[in-house]
Amino acid sequence: MSDNNTTTKAASVPQQRDAETATPLLQVKNLAKHFPIKGGFPIRRTVGAVQAVDGVTFDVNAGESLGLVGESGCGKSTTGRLLTRLLEPTAGSVTYRGQDISHAGRKQLAPIRSEIQMIFQDPYASLNPRQTVGSIIASPMEINGINPSGGREARVRELLEIVGLNPEHYNRFPHEFSGGQRQRIGVARAIALEPKLIIADEPVSALDVSIQAQVVNLLQKVQKEMGIAFVFIAHDLAIVRHFSQRVAVMYLGKIVEIADRDSLYLRPRHPYTHALMSAVPEADIDVVKKERIRLEGDVPSPISPPSGCRFRTRCWKAQDKCATEEPPLVQISGNLPGHLTACHFPEDPTTERTQDIILDPALVALEDEPAGGDKA
Amino acid sequence: MTTLTQTEDAKAPTGSDAFLSVRDLRVQFSTEDGIVKAVDGLSFDLERGKTLGIVGESGSGKSVTNLSILGLHNRKATSVEGSMMLDGQELNGASERDLEQLRGNKMAMIFQDSLTALSPYYTVGRQISEPFRKHTGASKGESRARAIEMLGKVGIPDPKNRVDDYPHQFSGGMRQRAMIAMSLVCNPELLIADEPTTALDVTVQAQILDLLKDLQQEFGSAIIMITHDLGVVANMADDLLVMYAGRAVERGSVREVLKAGQHPYTWGLLGSMPRLSADVNEPLRPIPGSPPSLLNPPSGCAFHPRCEFPSLVAGDGKCSTLRPELPTGRAAACHLTAEQKQQVFIETIQPRLV
Repeated sequence: MSDNNTTTKAASVPQQRDAETATPLLQVKNLAKHFPIKGGFPIRRTVGAVQAVDGVTFDVNAGESLGLVGESGCGKSTTGRLLTRLLEPTAGSVTYRGQDISHAGRKQLAPIRSEIQMIFQDPYASLNPRQTVGSIIASPMEINGINPSGGREARVRELLEIVGLNPEHYNRFPHEFSGGQRQRIGVARAIALEPKLIIADEPVSALDVSIQAQVVNLLQKVQKEMGIAFVFIAHDLAIVRHFSQRVAVMYLGKIVEIADRDSLYLRPRHPYTHALMSAVPEADIDVVKKERIRLEGDVPSPISPPSGCRFRTRCWKAQDKCATEEPPLVQISGNLPGHLTACHFPEDPTTERTQDIILDPALVALEDEPAGGDKA
Repeated sequence: MTTLTQTEDAKAPTGSDAFLSVRDLRVQFSTEDGIVKAVDGLSFDLERGKTLGIVGESGSGKSVTNLSILGLHNRKATSVEGSMMLDGQELNGASERDLEQLRGNKMAMIFQDSLTALSPYYTVGRQISEPFRKHTGASKGESRARAIEMLGKVGIPDPKNRVDDYPHQFSGGMRQRAMIAMSLVCNPELLIADEPTTALDVTVQAQILDLLKDLQQEFGSAIIMITHDLGVVANMADDLLVMYAGRAVERGSVREVLKAGQHPYTWGLLGSMPRLSADVNEPLRPIPGSPPSLLNPPSGCAFHPRCEFPSLVAGDGKCSTLRPELPTGRAAACHLTAEQKQQVFIETIQPRLV
C-alpha cells in the first residue's frame, strides 16, 4: 500500500521507452570472450581457451530490465563485465547509444563509464574497507569532476536517504554495516551519477532471505523512479521473474532462449528452460509441479563445449542433427514476437507434462525398484 | 527397541518414542567481545525415518545446534547445556570415544561445501570406505567394494574407475553425491544435512534433493535438513522448526507452518520470498531491519524490533520485556493470542501470499 507513490511516478517511464525503442540503449552482437589457458614448460603457451561467452546477441532498451539467468559457469557474469567493459571482448560488438565501445580505449570510455554502472555480488569485497561510506559514494562524482549544487556531501546524504540508510552514517566505515546495508551502499554508489544502465551481477544472492527482498524492492524503486535500465544477472529464477520484464536464459556461453517474462515463464520452448523451471523448489506445498525433469550430471566444461547445440549432452530430445548443426536463436513457429529460441526440436509451449523425464541414472534406479512405478 | 528414557525436564512431551530428543539445548561461545548465545533453549523431537526441516537466517543457530549434536564443536571455547538423547543415549557430555563410535555410524552429516569437507589428499573411495572399515571392521577389499556400490547408488558414472579419483577431479554436483555416499555408507539412523544444496545449481539441486528423498526411503534414516530456503523444506520435510536468534520461534508440520504460520517471523519469511507462481506486480514484503547480534540480543522477544504487530499485544510493551516461550507441539513463541494470530494471518498475511 505504501508503494502507491512509486507506481504513479513509474507511469512516465514506458512512454519514454516507446520513444526510444527505435534505437536500443545497448546493442550486443555476437559477443564472445575466451580466456586463454596457459600451460607448458619452459615456454608457456596458450594451450586452450575457456569459452566463457561465445556469441551472445541481445538488446537492452532504455528503462527496461533484462534478466540474465543461468547456472554457474554459463557466462552470465562475464557477459556483465563485457557490457561494462571491465573486460575486452574477444569477438563481437557492444554498442552503446550507437557508439561501438567493444574496443574503445580509456579516454573514449571515460564519458560512457559514468552512464553504465555496476552493482557487484559480494558486498564485503566490493567496498574499500579503508574508505568511509561518504568517500566511497562520492568517488564517482570526484572522478568525473561532478560538483552538484549544494556540494558533494549534501548529494551523498541525499543518496544515503534514497537507499534507506541514515545520512548521519556518512563518516562510518563499511565494516560497521551489515551485509544488506553494505549492498545499499553499493546501490547508492551505482546511482550517484544517475546512470542510464546498471549491470547488477547477482546483487542479492549473498544476502539472507529477509534482506534479499529489501534490496530487490530498493532496486525496483530506483529503476522505476529514475528510469534506469537494468541488466539483472541472477541464478534465482523467481527473483529474476519478479524483477525483469524480459529474460534471457544462458547455457554454456550462449543464450538459448530470450523472451518477455510471461512468454518465457508460461510458454517456454527450449528443453533447458523447461528443466530449469521444473527444478525450482516451490515454497507453496499446494502448488504441484506440473513438470518433473531431472537432468543428468552437471554443466560440461566451457573449455571444450559440446559441438552443435551445447545442451545436447543433457537433453532428452537430442538427435544427430543437434551434434552437427548449431541451432540459431530465432523466433520459432508458435512463439510470440520477441520470443527467440535456439533449438532444433523445441518443446510444446506449456509448462505441463504428463510424464516425468528422469535422466539421472541414480534416480531412475532408485525410483523404479521399490515403487515399480509408472515412470518411463 | 527404543529404550524408554524419561527426560528430567518436566515440560518435555512424552518424547519416549522420539529417536532424537533435544531438550533445552543451550550453546554459548566465549569470544573476545563477550558471550555469544548461539542456541538458547531449544527443544525438538525427531522420529525414525522422518525429516525435520530447520529454517532460519544466517546466525540463527541452526548449524551450531547440529554441530553440538554431533559433538563437533570446539570443546574448549563452547559450553553446551541441556540434553540431547539419541536413541536413549545422552550425547551431551559423552566421551570423545563414545561419540566416535556414533559419528559416521549411527549419525552422519552432509556438509554444505563439499570442496572443503572432503580431504584433497585422499581418493574419494578411501574417504568413503574409511568409516565403513572403522565401524564394521571390514577388510580393505570389502570396504572398497562397498565404496564402489555406494558411488553407483548415488549416481556417479563409472564408479569402478572414479573410486580412485581425488575430489578435485569431481564436479560440484558429483562431490556432493560422493559426500552423500560417504554419509550413508554405514546406514546411519540419523542424517544431518547442513545446507546440502546451497552451493549447487538449481538443476543439480533438484537431482540431489530427489536423490536424498529416494535414499531416505531405502535406508530409512531420519534426516535433519538445515536450510534457509523454504522451497527446499517444502518438498523434503515432514516437520518444520523455524529458528530466530538462537531460539525456535515456531514448530509444526510443514503444511501447518507454510500454509497457516503463526509467528510474525514466519509470515515475514513467506512474504519476502519471490515465488514463480506469485503475481509479479505484487511487491515483496521484506522484514524490516536486520537480524540481531547474538552478543547482545534484544530483550523480551528477540523479534520485537522487526515485528509489525507488537501493538496488538495486550499489556504495555510486553514484547520488549517478556520473552514468549514456545509451548510443546504445534506452536509459535509469540505473545499474540491464538485468535489474534489467526485473525492477522487470514486478514493481513494470506492476501499477500496469493
